[in-house]
Amino acid sequence: MNRQDEVWLITLIGIALVALVFIYVISRSGASPGADARQLQTRAYAIRRWWFVALLVLGVGVTYASLRPFPVPDQQTQLAGAQVVDVVGHQWFWQLSSYRLTAGTPVEFHVTSADVNHGFAIYGPDDRIVAQTQAMPGFTNRLVYTFTKPGLYRVLCLEYCGLAHHGMANQFEVVAATGDKP
Amino acid sequence: MSALHPDNETLTRGEGLVLNLYVISALAVVVVMMLFGLIMRMAQGTWINVPPDIFYQLMTAHGAGMVGTVGLASSAVMWFFLRKYVRLHVAMFAANYVLFMLGALAILAAVFIGGYAGGWTFLYPLPVHSMGVWSVNSAALFMVGYLLIGVGFLVFYLDAMLAIIRSYGNLGRGLGLQWLFGGDLDKTHPPAVVASSMVVIVNSLGILGGAIVLVMCLINAYVPSLALNALLVKNLIYFFGHVFINASIYMAVIAVYELLPRFSGRLWTVSRPFLWAWALTTVMVLIVYPHHLLMDYVMPHWMLVMGQIISYTSGLPVFVVTAYGALANVYRSGIRWSVPAQLAMLSMFGWAAGIVPAIIDGTISVNQVMHNTQWVPGHFHFYLLLGVLPMVLALMFHLIDARRPAGGAVLRLGLPLYLLGGLIFVGAFLAAGHVSAPRRYAAHLPQWVPYDQVGSIGAILVIVAVLLFATYIIVGLLGAPGNATAHAAR
Ligand code: HEM
Ligand SMILES: [Cu+2]
Repeated sequence: MNRQDEVWLITLIGIALVALVFIYVISRSGASPGADARQLQTRAYAIRRWWFVALLVLGVGVTYASLRPFPVPDQQTQLAGAQVVDVVGHQWFWQLSSYRLTAGTPVEFHVTSADVNHGFAIYGPDDRIVAQTQAMPGFTNRLVYTFTKPGLYRVLCLEYCGLAHHGMANQFEVVAATGDKP
Repeated sequence: MSALHPDNETLTRGEGLVLNLYVISALAVVVVMMLFGLIMRMAQGTWINVPPDIFYQLMTAHGAGMVGTVGLASSAVMWFFLRKYVRLHVAMFAANYVLFMLGALAILAAVFIGGYAGGWTFLYPLPVHSMGVWSVNSAALFMVGYLLIGVGFLVFYLDAMLAIIRSYGNLGRGLGLQWLFGGDLDKTHPPAVVASSMVVIVNSLGILGGAIVLVMCLINAYVPSLALNALLVKNLIYFFGHVFINASIYMAVIAVYELLPRFSGRLWTVSRPFLWAWALTTVMVLIVYPHHLLMDYVMPHWMLVMGQIISYTSGLPVFVVTAYGALANVYRSGIRWSVPAQLAMLSMFGWAAGIVPAIIDGTISVNQVMHNTQWVPGHFHFYLLLGVLPMVLALMFHLIDARRPAGGAVLRLGLPLYLLGGLIFVGAFLAAGHVSAPRRYAAHLPQWVPYDQVGSIGAILVIVAVLLFATYIIVGLLGAPGNATAHAAR
């Protein structure tokens, strides 16, 4: 399961839970004898308190887990031994300083733009995004990624940049490190 | 209750006229924009052939048109209910309408005559760097259109601000800050006033931010030597865009606070958690925007962390008190499921469910694989189409409720159709985002086309339902002489 699949699953479960709660409450929206509004409200407030606490605990847990290790590479220091690729976005093509990379060793992409904002997105051999960063005029974003699967990777633009935005594609090849099994 | 706080919602002739203009214009524009949306979706689905320049013009018009119109319609919700508690000037409300229409004209001309297709976010420097597709003049006209609309909103907010201050002393007291830490909570303090106070604070700041960046871009358009810092402009634009669209939700939700209790028979009063929620959200809405810049790695990393954390917490308080409050309000209440009540409940579901994919995408490591895929239109259409629009429709049906028998076969059919079509439509976006289909693409790779086609079918169902609603509402509004909703509350 890649990250997209996990996100998709969690989202579907979350939406289904919300839907179930609504269906439950709506199905019980009829007046029922003995339903004292004040009593119900007290109970509802108590449940809300627990619900709020539960969300808080979940939120803190997810925040901690999702930020360690910090998902954005440090922008100042350069990795020793990394393969470095300079990337420049143009209306409407991508220019890379290297189109052949090796799996297993980190790759540092130094991404910038010659004109407007672009989005540098790397699509894996299965056509799912594996990593991305923005390509901005006047700035260089440093993206670090270690390829594990050899194959053909596509570069697409993920920031709207005008007439041929959807045609702004390129590709590069990732080869297995020598000594690896093919 | 003083004369300033009438329980009934009678409109004078002038007020009725202006409100009708708002409602009918908003409905008309929404329908047209939905058709633009359908054209885009069908083009992606290869069912029709739309050249990319036209596609991106439609995309620009749809984004700006929908965000603006939902803002306009939401401000009508706020005006309609707030005027019961404070003295608003209908002239200011009318001024907002006039400026909005002038701005909309400028935008439409810029897009469809000038060919401007720089997106509703006018992200610098694209508007002035189109590679000859559109001129700098048409980009400037688009921005002037935004400025006109912004000024209109500011006029309306200024009137609301002064009115709240006149009645309650200051905006903080409108928000109920004096009761946060104790004190004798006045249970009759209207939720509508709390929400309105929040909105006038945050959206005045949001629009001011927008005005600043628009002026910067306009100057740069004609004096290119005054180059702008692209990252700074991006920050300002997303600050403005985020606050503006969120303010629409917070204006429109007033309809839920006001309408649901009438049918459930249970009062919706302010409580300490309610006031805390609105106070916290006032601050958080202003600082959450960096979650739009999570893929700008040169941003200070503390801002990215803040973007993620505030994304989790920003919507939460108001959302918890509101969605949960609505559920508690309805549970075993013997509610009469009138059309406004159904729409209010639908809006709560759309908001609650749509927040799920949105919050998850606020996580940096998720954003790295979901940012600017169709996951994004997936989640925002969820809470705009199935959340905010039903809130606005609830007010519109409320306006004609007094004169027409609510319900009827048309509506029994329309609501399920809207919900079903809406779920298919947003589900197709989310599913396409799951397989990494990019957003804002005039043409898709073959593996994404099936999602586009399913989405188009959902969109058609939605549009049929909205046409039914719009016809019903407009006939209802125009059909009754006097146009006054003499309609006692509760
Ligand atoms: C039947 C109804 C609707 C249809 C068919 C529709 C369709 C679309 C489509 C196809 C896109 C472009 C998706 C892409 O990036 O690939 C889009 C974007 C958008 N829509 Fe809608 N939409 C509908 C309703 C709404 C509503 C009700 C709102 C707001 C209240 C809205 C606001 C937006 C915005 C802000 C964008 C972003 C534009 C951009 O990316 O620049 N839409 N819509
Ligand atoms: Cu692009």
